[in-house]
Amino acid sequence: MSDLETFRAETRVWLEANCPPEMREPVRDETDACWGGRNPTYKSPAQKLWMDRMAEKGWTVPDWPKPYGGGGLSPAESKILREEMAKLGCRSPLSSFGIWMLGPALLKFGTEAQKIHYLNQIAKGEIRWCQGYSEPGSGSDLVSLQTFGEDKGDHWIVNGQKIWTSYADKADWIFCLVRTDKHDKYKGISFLLFDMATPGVTTKPIKLISGNSPFCETFFDNVPVPKDQIVGELNRGWDVAKYLLGHEREMISGAGNAPVGSLGALHKELMAQDPLLRAEMAKLDVDTLAFRAMGEKFIDEMKAGKGHPAQPNMMKYFGTELNKRRAELVMAAGGSDALEWESDGSGGGAKPRQWLRTKANSIEGGTSEVMLNVIAKRILDLPGA
Amino acid sequence: MPLYYDDDQAMLRDSASAFMKTEAPTTHFREFRDRNCSDGFSHDLWKQFAEMGFSGMLIPEDQGGLGMGHVEAGIVLEEIGRNLSPSPFLTTSVIGVEALKAADAATRGKWLPGIIAGETVIGIAVDEGAKHRPEQIAMTAERSGNGFRLTGKKQFVVQGAAADLLIVAARTAGAPGETDGLTLFAVDKDAAHLSMEAARLVDSSMGAHVNFDGVEVDADAVIGDVDNGWAVLTRMLDAGRIGAASEAIGVGAAAMDMTVDYLKQRKQFGRLIGEFQALQHRAAHLYAEMEVARAAVLKAQQLLDAGDPKAELMIAVAKAKAGQAVSLAVKEGVQMHGGIGMTDEYDIGLYMKRDRALAEFLGDANFHADRVARLQGY
Repeated sequence: MSDLETFRAETRVWLEANCPPEMREPVRDETDACWGGRNPTYKSPAQKLWMDRMAEKGWTVPDWPKPYGGGGLSPAESKILREEMAKLGCRSPLSSFGIWMLGPALLKFGTEAQKIHYLNQIAKGEIRWCQGYSEPGSGSDLVSLQTFGEDKGDHWIVNGQKIWTSYADKADWIFCLVRTDKHDKYKGISFLLFDMATPGVTTKPIKLISGNSPFCETFFDNVPVPKDQIVGELNRGWDVAKYLLGHEREMISGAGNAPVGSLGALHKELMAQDPLLRAEMAKLDVDTLAFRAMGEKFIDEMKAGKGHPAQPNMMKYFGTELNKRRAELVMAAGGSDALEWESDGSGGGAKPRQWLRTKANSIEGGTSEVMLNVIAKRILDLPGA
Repeated sequence: MPLYYDDDQAMLRDSASAFMKTEAPTTHFREFRDRNCSDGFSHDLWKQFAEMGFSGMLIPEDQGGLGMGHVEAGIVLEEIGRNLSPSPFLTTSVIGVEALKAADAATRGKWLPGIIAGETVIGIAVDEGAKHRPEQIAMTAERSGNGFRLTGKKQFVVQGAAADLLIVAARTAGAPGETDGLTLFAVDKDAAHLSMEAARLVDSSMGAHVNFDGVEVDADAVIGDVDNGWAVLTRMLDAGRIGAASEAIGVGAAAMDMTVDYLKQRKQFGRLIGEFQALQHRAAHLYAEMEVARAAVLKAQQLLDAGDPKAELMIAVAKAKAGQAVSLAVKEGVQMHGGIGMTDEYDIGLYMKRDRALAEFLGDANFHADRVARLQGY
């Protein structure tokens, strides 16, 4: 047996022995996932057990180096772990902006001390992070952001407001874009990390059309931030931000964990009665399975350093548009049952709330229109307007 | 296995690309079209395919071929698509070879050496109506003496007029609509009572209508089992479907490249038209569609080469997705070229015509989306 075959066999045995049965069910929605943090809430003892066991092996972040809390796996080993987890239906043990977004940025731009400190906390699910990017006046035009950090020698004093901060009310720390030079638009932004418990930080949830409040407004009123809590160089935070956005877009695209079950197969009787809906479902299955192959190819190419650096923008565009289309068809197939907003039979309106939630997919992390702009300019090299 | 080309496959792509660009570019295609050649391809070029090792690439090594897989065949087909290189590669070296793998040693011994040498051409006689509906085959093969007597009509037999051998699907039992009762035959093109009418298609390739008016064949012309030919027929067709999808990806990629280049050259209103966001977004959307289609095709080929049972579903996904994405590529290509895209002199229209034929070949995007739904149980 080759080393990889041995690794696959051992991994399968370990997963079968250690993944609790409840953790072999798909995550229903964002609130059903394990997010860790200082004050973690677990849906079940199995959820905690699964996270602890995976974290101990470093498999919450299998391809990060071991000194940073990772599993130290090669790309080929990581892929085998993903495949074996998929075969057993094992869910991801830890959902985390630290893993998906901040971690990759720290790996590239962080100091050794920052990597040891922050990455280990992320890998073990000890600190829950949120992202301070958008502001009321800075959405698609993010670089126009105004939140300001005034230099006070050994620290900055940060004032301003962020918006669409996902789970800011539940987060322990924030990675935040702060203007540290008002004279240079691009080279006047720094990437700061600070504790959400710092005096002067307040959050206010925003109620969305889904009835849920996953996003907050976040206010900074004279918040002190020590100088060693900057990632990358002073005024060069935009480079960090752009790099991180690539990972954020990859995450939102659903690459690697997009739903693959056939929606049409769940509604066989209806499919026999409604040929036009069946045709739409068939085309959805085609795109869903094709995009799953794209996700696999994207991850394989990225890990091998082969993919186009702007490819996450394509993934985000296609994945979010597909996800919206799927949610529309969930509603079409559900008919009036899928309109019920609160009843027990509707799971508290799970379908309509999820349908409404998906509308944000093509807005958050860069709109579909911005994604198309980036593809046109960076991949197709079309001339600037 | 990672979902990208390994080093050997990347080398094959480079050599196939250089070969098609040099030996069979679109000027070569135009030359054969304009001389109204009834075979629709150059027999000398087919010999060169053999010298490159392409013609027998899917034939096992112990039978004189290179023993490669469908990923490799797809690499060659994509370059054929990009250059519109006219050749019998898909029908002969991919579909025909896949059928002959199920034939007995004598039949293989009779035909494989000619394929490897670039001398033999195979035609695929499956379709009977205007749309690809293999389970609807009505052509009969009645037992007669030591063999069978074939009666019926076939159409869309690509390069049938130039073929030496026809792979024919006929009904030995059952009724149209049933998958049981079908049998595959290897029929010599020169058999008595077999007549053919060549038909030039929109893309200047040659299809043929073939009439079987009581064609007698021996029992050893049967490929696989009598009455149980559906499985081998499906394997053969699936090899052709994923091959056609690869060729289509080449057609779409070339059309997209030409179009993006044109957006960077053409000026109107004092600006490059590629500066207009209306066109940028359409080009970017097309890029995404083509990337996803390409991934689906490669995934299906890897599954097929690995003998994975999921290959059938993924091939249907890939043919449907490639059909839809490449159709978008050629239509956007013609529209974004404006008036020049309507001229015969400019190549973009040739790509649109080639896509039309490939999209129809062995089942269009709707046929395969329907197949995906059936395979998923609805």
